[in-house]
Amino acid sequence: MRFVDEFRDAELGRAVAGEILATVETGRHYKVMEVCGGHTHSIYKYGVDDLLPANVELVHGPGCPVCVIPMGRVDDGIAIAHQDGVTFTCFGDMMRVPGSDGTLLDAKAEGADVRMVYSPLDALRIAKENPDRDVVFFAIGFETTAPSTALTMKRARMERVRNFFCMCNHVTIVPPLRALLESPDLRLDGFIGPGHVSTVVGARPFEFIPADYGKPVVISGFEPLDLLQSVHMIMRQLAEELCEVEVQYSRVVPYEGNLQALKVMAEVFELRPHFEWRGLGFISQSALKLTEAYADLDAEIRYEVPGVRVADPKACQCGEVLKGVIKPWECKVFGTACTPEHAIGTCMVSPEGACAAYYNYGRFAREREVV
Amino acid sequence: MSEREQRVLSIIETARSKRPRFKDERVTMAHGAGGKATQTLIEGLLAPAFDSRALDELGDAGVVSIDGLDLALTTDTFVVKPIRFPGGSIGGLAVNGTVNDLAVAGARPVALSLGLVIEEGLPAEELRTEVEAVAKAAAEAGVEVVAGDTKVVERGHADSMYVCTTGLGKRDDRARLSTAALRPGDRILVSGSVGEHGTAIMLARGEFELDAAIESDTRSLWGAVDALLDAAGPDLRCMRDATRGGVASALNELARASNVAMVVREADVPVKPAVAGASELLGIDPMYVANEGKLVAFVAPERADAALAALRSVDGCEEAAEIGEVRTDPPAMVLVATAFGGRRVMDMLAGDPLPRIC
Repeated sequence: MRFVDEFRDAELGRAVAGEILATVETGRHYKVMEVCGGHTHSIYKYGVDDLLPANVELVHGPGCPVCVIPMGRVDDGIAIAHQDGVTFTCFGDMMRVPGSDGTLLDAKAEGADVRMVYSPLDALRIAKENPDRDVVFFAIGFETTAPSTALTMKRARMERVRNFFCMCNHVTIVPPLRALLESPDLRLDGFIGPGHVSTVVGARPFEFIPADYGKPVVISGFEPLDLLQSVHMIMRQLAEELCEVEVQYSRVVPYEGNLQALKVMAEVFELRPHFEWRGLGFISQSALKLTEAYADLDAEIRYEVPGVRVADPKACQCGEVLKGVIKPWECKVFGTACTPEHAIGTCMVSPEGACAAYYNYGRFAREREVV
Repeated sequence: MSEREQRVLSIIETARSKRPRFKDERVTMAHGAGGKATQTLIEGLLAPAFDSRALDELGDAGVVSIDGLDLALTTDTFVVKPIRFPGGSIGGLAVNGTVNDLAVAGARPVALSLGLVIEEGLPAEELRTEVEAVAKAAAEAGVEVVAGDTKVVERGHADSMYVCTTGLGKRDDRARLSTAALRPGDRILVSGSVGEHGTAIMLARGEFELDAAIESDTRSLWGAVDALLDAAGPDLRCMRDATRGGVASALNELARASNVAMVVREADVPVKPAVAGASELLGIDPMYVANEGKLVAFVAPERADAALAALRSVDGCEEAAEIGEVRTDPPAMVLVATAFGGRRVMDMLAGDPLPRIC
């Protein structure tokens, strides 16, 4: 595949890996967090961390949009899905995320009309094709997917579609990063910045990380060579005692972001005062809701939902895993009560989560040579 | 590795190798997807209920011996949606799917039964077309349809039509196949490019506004099996039809059954460019996508080259390839050497990317 294979060249990969090895300090242990779940996925899909020196450790961050949805929100979604006359739509991986009593997939098996869509526009199309049903879209994701939800809401308004509603769970990337960085027990040397989010918000919002917390950030693409090059750029900054935001993914990330997308988002969404994140707790101004102008399309206003906060299971230590304080296997329930088939915590829920990744692949990572 | 970490990893290993239990409260679409949930249903509920050694083998067909004659018996149900798709339709799919379950069990397909569940209101022309497709595929595969049944259900209760089959085959004298027969060093062959059937169905449903010239690979695999048996005989350890759950799930099932490890070289797995492109866009790994005319075969190393050459000489298997080998450790797991030079585990399919594929 042109424009894809070029970024997966094994020989170039080995060359960059060699440069990383030449840049790192022997005896120093580096922890780099990849913020985005898409990066985690690529790292495992291609075995990127197999090419890294053993003293460079990748820590999986909070950027898996499915993993961070708290149980209470899943419960609310399921409650809406069970209402008469409702067709509930969401992305495929959301269907397997457990609430306090089952998943959306279970709700479907119990008779709810739950359908997987690939885009909010598909949900809008279903609404137009089924005017006698209320079609609810369970919107999730960071600034990456928020603009497409915003555009869909605008289109619904323009086309006067009255049976389309949005349950908005969009979150923003900067507040959880700040929350992580504020944590006193955090042990990280640098960040691989989120590529897709940055195509929308640009690089500027991440400048506080080097400025206030003294950690380098390199915004990275999603192909294996992108990731290796980003790790190299971070290692070079650390070696040269630099500390700044760099954009490795310059082929799609403008430093100022996508102004049009930001404008559309501002028209449709406003910040929630606070929002709960699975594993991280409440973070202020970390999520979006529909503005007053779209209140009539807001599923949370149209439907009575339990709105009950469900605490993360006590035994679960996802928060500490996300901060890089403990390794997945150090969690009390890892591999015993909490497995990918019956997940307790956020990190085990999605294949992009740190614990699920470790559960499936962990033991092979440590066969690398120690530097 | 610390002691505690070692302990956690051994807990995971034990959990993986245990027979899964069926604890779910309801059946979900995931139970039909050919991955982990399906495995739970089969190994946790069905197999234990019937206490049959033939069933416990978990092969694609069960073997019954009558007065020294080994017969292979299999049954299959087809609920594919839509019933017609590029490269085939439910009638031909039903015959080939059944024939292939017999073939990979080392049995020459002999006879089929055919059950039709038809939705009220189905145009007779569509029914006729499918019956003709059954007849054509049966003739091509050299099997006779010897029994049948029809049921009609109210409109809305079966999506156009469902097809149920039973297949009977005679176990070939050359075959010494067992799901527990894999040995370290055995080579893994695949009979052609992977992922076409599932991708063709996905695109045929028109949910993705994606067009590509991808046809289902539905075909009889008896020719391929015949050639493999000729070339490798008793050194052909085991075969599996890589349907739901794709090649990845087939390999995982056998790694568990033989308690061996496998390493697959990603770069050597044949995938058509159109399938690779569609999978890339949809975020799906072709190794997990259903095939309806592809088998994986395990051959002792000394006969692997001859087996591959024989396979490639069969019509429709020109792209057959050796994609990896069997190892000892870690038991019951399948690893991938990625084209990029890294490694990862290729687990069984979890969840359901696409229901009603066959």
